[in-house]
Amino acid sequence: METIKLTIDNKRVIVTKGTTVHQAAKQAGIHIPTLCYMNLELLNIENKPGGCRICVVEQEGRRNLAPSCSTVCTEGMVIKTNSPRVLNARKTVLELILSDHPKDCLICPKAGRCELQTLAFQLGIRRIHSVENAEMSTYRKDQSPSIIRDMDKCVMCRRCEMICNKVQTVGALSAVNRGFMSVVAPAFEQDLKHSPCTFCGQCVAICPTGALTEVDQVQRLIRALTDKTKTVVVQTAPAVRVALGEEFDMPPGSIVTGKMVAALREMDFKYVFDTDFAADLTIMEEGSELLDRLTRYVAGDKSVKLPILTSCCPAWVNFFEYNYPDMLDVPSTARSPQQMFGSIAKTYLADKLGIKREDMVVVSVMPCLAKKYECQRDEFKVNGNPDVDYAISTRELAHLMREANINFAALPDEEFDHPLGESTGAGVIFGATGGVIEAAVRTAYELFTGNKCPRIDFEELRGLEGIRTATVDFNGTPIHIGIAHKLGNARKLLDGIRSGLYNLHAIEIMACPGGCIGGAGQPLHQGDSSIIKERFDAIYREDAQKTIRKSHENPYIIKLYEEFLGKPLSEKSHHLLHTHYFEKK
Amino acid sequence: MEELQSCQIDKIKEICRSFNNAEGELINVLHKTQETFGYLPESVQRLIAAELNISAAQVYGVVSFYTFFTMKPKGKFPISICLGTACYVRGAEDVVDEFKKALDIKVGEVTPDGKFSLDCLRCVGACGLAPVVLIGDKVHGRLEANQVKELLAQYE
Repeated sequence: METIKLTIDNKRVIVTKGTTVHQAAKQAGIHIPTLCYMNLELLNIENKPGGCRICVVEQEGRRNLAPSCSTVCTEGMVIKTNSPRVLNARKTVLELILSDHPKDCLICPKAGRCELQTLAFQLGIRRIHSVENAEMSTYRKDQSPSIIRDMDKCVMCRRCEMICNKVQTVGALSAVNRGFMSVVAPAFEQDLKHSPCTFCGQCVAICPTGALTEVDQVQRLIRALTDKTKTVVVQTAPAVRVALGEEFDMPPGSIVTGKMVAALREMDFKYVFDTDFAADLTIMEEGSELLDRLTRYVAGDKSVKLPILTSCCPAWVNFFEYNYPDMLDVPSTARSPQQMFGSIAKTYLADKLGIKREDMVVVSVMPCLAKKYECQRDEFKVNGNPDVDYAISTRELAHLMREANINFAALPDEEFDHPLGESTGAGVIFGATGGVIEAAVRTAYELFTGNKCPRIDFEELRGLEGIRTATVDFNGTPIHIGIAHKLGNARKLLDGIRSGLYNLHAIEIMACPGGCIGGAGQPLHQGDSSIIKERFDAIYREDAQKTIRKSHENPYIIKLYEEFLGKPLSEKSHHLLHTHYFEKK
Repeated sequence: MEELQSCQIDKIKEICRSFNNAEGELINVLHKTQETFGYLPESVQRLIAAELNISAAQVYGVVSFYTFFTMKPKGKFPISICLGTACYVRGAEDVVDEFKKALDIKVGEVTPDGKFSLDCLRCVGACGLAPVVLIGDKVHGRLEANQVKELLAQYE
């Protein structure tokens, strides 16, 4: 490979051809501040509009300063990243950005996590020149069920536009207008809820400022917790336990399941349960559905819709309801684990506890912002009472814990409550891309063949590659499996099936990069994709630690079917655990 | 959102087809459509987005960026006043004020009889004739504020 030698801050650096000055500096251990630039290398996501000019550097022999993010290294280049001219320019640029930015940092939802605030601190900004009586550009606030847009705080880094269009291919956002009024907005500057937005929230996950944030339920939740007439029950999604620690300065990939349970109990949640239990339940229903379709297909039934598509991811559900209305009968009808949990909690559990569903408050802690929308869908309400009352993000749980003076690191490890807290390794891996389908394979293999599966780990289904396919041998019957994460890959995979490029039996799709571990409700990765990889590895470590690793062997699942549901796909199961889809336009 | 008539839908689809429904031809498609219908309301933009297989947000992004494109119907005689540097320093602002007074509308509006609409734009590339005013396709150069009424009378 061709190499290039250059000098950065008096250091000799050798890089491969095509490397940018910013990347070369990073290799040499020199940090050049950025604002619009973002590179999630492991996930193949890059934003490089070269717009903010914070990353400028001085290049010997060049008249003006060079934006390091989009300047390619050339032989013999001499770069200074910290000359007085550079520092001065950066400060001026930042002051100009700040001159059109609200100054309510103390009470901003992004306070302490804001990249603009960090930059102002780093560059030592002490005053902002502004013209007397100058107006700031201001926009109407927009609140959807999941996401709040406060575009007064937009710095036009255009990361959200990039992820919405290039990565997710959702097309809800675009840069509109020009000059001071330019902003990223949905078509005709209408509300997000009237756009093709899926509420995947990836725009929120990478917004450097408080322009895009989640709908915060913490205060309403605190009121519910203090209401003596209510029994507050909580469920925690698999991906939360491998990320929550980051909010309390633990290294990425720390598994904090036990401490999380202890913290929730300390904050007066009456019962602390696990969404993983509902994930096991999902496998029973979805796996049986797959099995039913496969068996009929093998027997020659032409009406069978294959491949079956997973339906756990609410952003993915929104995506196909909007973009593939002709395929609404293809995805599994199984509800997501969050909704299965809510449904079982407000029937089976409420009966057991002898309380009315109206007196039970079901809270879910999710790595996801689309879950906030999902739990408000009319299909998941009984007489107006939702199965899941509040879906809070991993970040909101951390806020709540800080507010409640929880000393997280010092907490002991505690166990989930029963009966909805027992789960298997199969439930845990729901949190990573490929996990749902691996969990389904572990169960479907045994139900299909009637034999014990010779292995538990299906390495061929794991990985961070955007689209993966593999064939699993069901004792002589080859089952072709497809996996996609990020909605743009989902679109490619579906279009590939339509055009006959892929011939698959079952497909798992997750909207977020890496699956739920990279969800928009997780602690902010601030552009470091190695964090996602650490969480990914942690999920499989947690799985390997579990004594039971197949959903159908979960004793409390077996009991639930014996006592309440009958069998998978029974009439009761259909009523409580399945749903249908609607065309969105 | 106003509904499109089927003949309008056919015409827009025909325009898109004439540019091979290519995403990269968006600006040309918008140009041609505006030339045909006079303006680009939401329903038209949504149809173009569907035909070119791009998002409505992307189409609106382009329409809202270029001052040439308009989402509101223009007058029979659209007036565009250049506010580029050369025109500005030679009194274009006074000319704008005079037009506003004479027509009793603001910039961006249309007279109630639908005859005139008033817009400002940046540099038409005829700085030697500053200040420049376009009425329809006709260029009026070296226009002074006190000539505005006389000019409008030509269009009565």
